[in-house]
Amino acid sequence: MAPSILEIDDLTMRFGGLTAIDRLSFKVERGEIHGLIGPNGAGKTTTFNVVSGFYKPTGGEVRLRGETISGLRMYEVARRGVVRTFQHSTLCAELTVLENVLIGTHMSFPPNIFAAMAGVDKANRRAARARAEEALDFFGLAGLADELAGDLPHGHQRALGMAVALAARPDVVLLDEPFTGMNPEETRRMMELMVKLRNTGVTILLVEHDMHAIMGLCDRITCMSFGRLLAEGNPQEIRHHPDVIEAYLGGARHVA
Amino acid sequence: MPKLAALLGFGAILLALPHALSFSQQEILVFLTINVLLVASYRLLTLTGEWSLGHVVIMGVGAYASALLSKRLGIYVPAAMLLGAVTAAMIALALSFPLFRMKGFYFLIGSFAAGEIIRLLWKRFRDPFGGPKGLKKIDPMPDFDIGIYAFDFFEPVSYYYFALAVVGVSLWVMWRIERSPVGLTFHAVHWQDRLAEASGVNVRAYRTLAFVLASGFAGLSGALLAHYIGTINPNSFDVEQMVFVLTWTIVGGTATFYGPILGCVVLTILNEIVLREAGFEQMRPLIYGLILILSVLFMPKGLESLVRGAFSWRNARKKKAGETGAAG
Ligand SMILES: Nc1ncnc2c1ncn2[C@@H]1O[C@H](COP(=O)(O)OP(=O)(O)O)[C@@H](O)[C@H]1O
Ligand SMILES: [Mg+2]
Repeated sequence: MAPSILEIDDLTMRFGGLTAIDRLSFKVERGEIHGLIGPNGAGKTTTFNVVSGFYKPTGGEVRLRGETISGLRMYEVARRGVVRTFQHSTLCAELTVLENVLIGTHMSFPPNIFAAMAGVDKANRRAARARAEEALDFFGLAGLADELAGDLPHGHQRALGMAVALAARPDVVLLDEPFTGMNPEETRRMMELMVKLRNTGVTILLVEHDMHAIMGLCDRITCMSFGRLLAEGNPQEIRHHPDVIEAYLGGARHVA
Repeated sequence: MPKLAALLGFGAILLALPHALSFSQQEILVFLTINVLLVASYRLLTLTGEWSLGHVVIMGVGAYASALLSKRLGIYVPAAMLLGAVTAAMIALALSFPLFRMKGFYFLIGSFAAGEIIRLLWKRFRDPFGGPKGLKKIDPMPDFDIGIYAFDFFEPVSYYYFALAVVGVSLWVMWRIERSPVGLTFHAVHWQDRLAEASGVNVRAYRTLAFVLASGFAGLSGALLAHYIGTINPNSFDVEQMVFVLTWTIVGGTATFYGPILGCVVLTILNEIVLREAGFEQMRPLIYGLILILSVLFMPKGLESLVRGAFSWRNARKKKAGETGAAG
């Protein structure tokens, strides 16, 4: 059997005395939407930071298509096809929406300094622009291309963050709480887009607090608490898992 | 094409300018032209967010290299100038390995230390650098004739035209780099390095690229200087010069391409014409320090913000005039 596209294997991340991730293992299958849930401070963002190469793990490893990627730098992980978004909007506020997405096209259309000086990179620039516009179109931001990113409402900024990530045409995207700041209508539209994206073959690892969105979207869910694996399964199993209910609601009967 | 007309008009003014000046003012104009290249290259460096205190020493590397290559190896001066620029870029590349392990304040201190080490080497090694006395009798630019104009480099006007052409082309190249996808990546590396890196940008490589390019242009400005004044020594590139570059950059502002250039031009005019004529020459560092502090306090976005303010005010007025015109 082919290895899972992403394998988190016995991962540990310590900050001084604090163990943010404690021997966590789970697998993400190709072409699935995989949810990563857990109470605040459970270690979800830290997991993203390790997988994307922002931190080197204290122990264990992360494998992409069987190849160890933990310990690589963030840009090296990105170049292997894993691109992330950030929990707090991380955009160039003083640049336009289009320019932000152009940053995301860096890997597909690498800038060439000599071609730029000689002015012979027109085709490359045009292709990058087309890719960026396509990504904006997908998220319904095409009409805002020339606005400054910092002027967008919060929900649109979240969508823009995803457009930047997807302009890179990644194999795996890590989305950290993409729906915060969106109203129910926007969330619903985003959920449709996530499904559309999954259907094009992109694997999505999703951290999200909106339980309704998580349950509606995910093929599989991993629930963690205090850095450890708590439960894993499909939405039905997770919804009724006693440990999950315990962790979230301190014993109330249902999640979401 | 009002833009083209404005550009041509500006070019004509630059060409006519020396003829309205005295001999000593013409000499100042040459230095100013060279300093414009230096300060513009400094802005290129700051695009990725790192401020160096070794930039003037890197300029000196270009000056020493070009002078030595023409003096010792008899290389044709314009070719030696280009090689001087390449040498400065190469030295910067070598320095980038230790320097870019540091960021921010530590980079600032590290770049200062690296510059002082280079200056020590110049002082220490009489051969080939001439020790504390430096290099003398550096080959001047050989005269040449392009048909419409005969360059006689004994005249500051000729050297001014030559420097103007070199600086003009350099600025144009830097401008193109800044407006290209490379420039966008520099910007992202400066303001959102995490986003850049998550998008696959090798942040360190881009910081190095900006540093090396900026150093190449600084080296070229040094070479222009060396073959003009004919003598250089380690003190030509000391920290006092660096303070001037910082002052021009900060007073002008770094948000736009023209900001630091504006700072350099305005402060040079102030310095050379106002201060020198008024006999305040001795107090130059003091006055520069004062200007720096005052501008940080009262004009934190630099002279460029005044220009931008004036333009948006004019545009707003135009728009208003258009609206009332349409209503009437
Ligand atoms: N860089 C860091 N240094 C120290 N502690 C950290 C760091 N990053 C995260 N933590 C800690 O790790 C734990 C997990 O945080 P995080 O991964 O952000 O949780 P989640 O995203 O699940 O809410 C928290 O206790 C947090 O304070
Ligand atoms: Mg988090």
